Amino acid sequence: MKLVPVILAAVVVVFGLIKRAPVFELFAEGVREGAKTVVQIAPTVMGLVFAVSLLRSSGAVDKICELISPAAKALGFPAEIVPMALLRPFSGSGATALLVQVFEENGADSFAGRVASVLAGSSETTFYATAMYFGSAGVKRIRHTLAAALAADFTALVMSIVTVRLFFGA
Amino acid sequence: MLNYIWSAMLLGSVICALTLGKGEALALAMVDSTGDAIELILTLTGAVCLWSGLMKIAQESGLTRFLARFLAPVLHPLFPKLDRNGEAFSSISMNITANLLGLGNTATPFGLKAMSQLRELSRDKDTASDEMVIFVVMNTASLQLVPTMLGSLRQSYGSAEPFAVVPAVWLSSATALAVALIIAVLGNKRRKRL
Repeated sequence: MKLVPVILAAVVVVFGLIKRAPVFELFAEGVREGAKTVVQIAPTVMGLVFAVSLLRSSGAVDKICELISPAAKALGFPAEIVPMALLRPFSGSGATALLVQVFEENGADSFAGRVASVLAGSSETTFYATAMYFGSAGVKRIRHTLAAALAADFTALVMSIVTVRLFFGA
Repeated sequence: MLNYIWSAMLLGSVICALTLGKGEALALAMVDSTGDAIELILTLTGAVCLWSGLMKIAQESGLTRFLARFLAPVLHPLFPKLDRNGEAFSSISMNITANLLGLGNTATPFGLKAMSQLRELSRDKDTASDEMVIFVVMNTASLQLVPTMLGSLRQSYGSAEPFAVVPAVWLSSATALAVALIIAVLGNKRRKRL
């Protein structure tokens, strides 16, 4: 699977050669456009990284988890997953760190480990992706995008428990 | 919208840190975050530049059009107003393909390209077009066929069957995507009536 990007790159170049396209010049032109794109999204990335790292170090996430955990338990949701579920829409690396923590404390094949795995696999860093894509296009009013995306995150959360119970029992 | 969320994250953190006595950690995080941001941006720069270069070749040689035709039966109903042979449609196809293959870093450059092409097509540049909403929502849902990262992570933490969760992941992400798309499409329809 690690070779997929390499093969993809080779396919692109071979296809270009077959069509007699000036592959290297096109590549250079594309890189120049790519650099412009990065300049466009850099401020958004900076702003989000700043806000997320403040959020993580402030203890706000732990505090909210403390408050939510009893309710989560009552609903049959493993309390170990709460921090990861909360951080998931904001930070990919943060959520991965918390996923690893669940694996270390409960084991990858435990109920909590499996639910955390499914949740990690079926959700994305919603806020990050939304801010980056709309930031790059200079769009200010994003309409119902966040409502739809957050509904998806919540669905993934519920479904991660439902599917693990369905496929693995208990 | 993002203005409010960003401010809430910031102010919430500050209030929380002060009441929990974590002010120092917060100050440290503020300094560290600049370095983290630059590191992330640099990583992103490499990936975006490389794949933008390859994307250009794919585009000029007609590979993306080929791929777009292949995905059109699925994607066209979601973007009914887009030209199947247009640039935006082929960028979206490349983005979806990279996502399905689990190449997050590769999907992003295609996605950014698609957004700028969708912007050119939209009349009100400040407001998200129907297509933009659908496209971003698809990108905030997880579309992976084989979650390789997850599998290898599970394996290295001692899972006996690292890929056993994959069917559950599929069912869960398909449901989540369906919910997101239904809300996105309904929202788009509502605006049309207003």
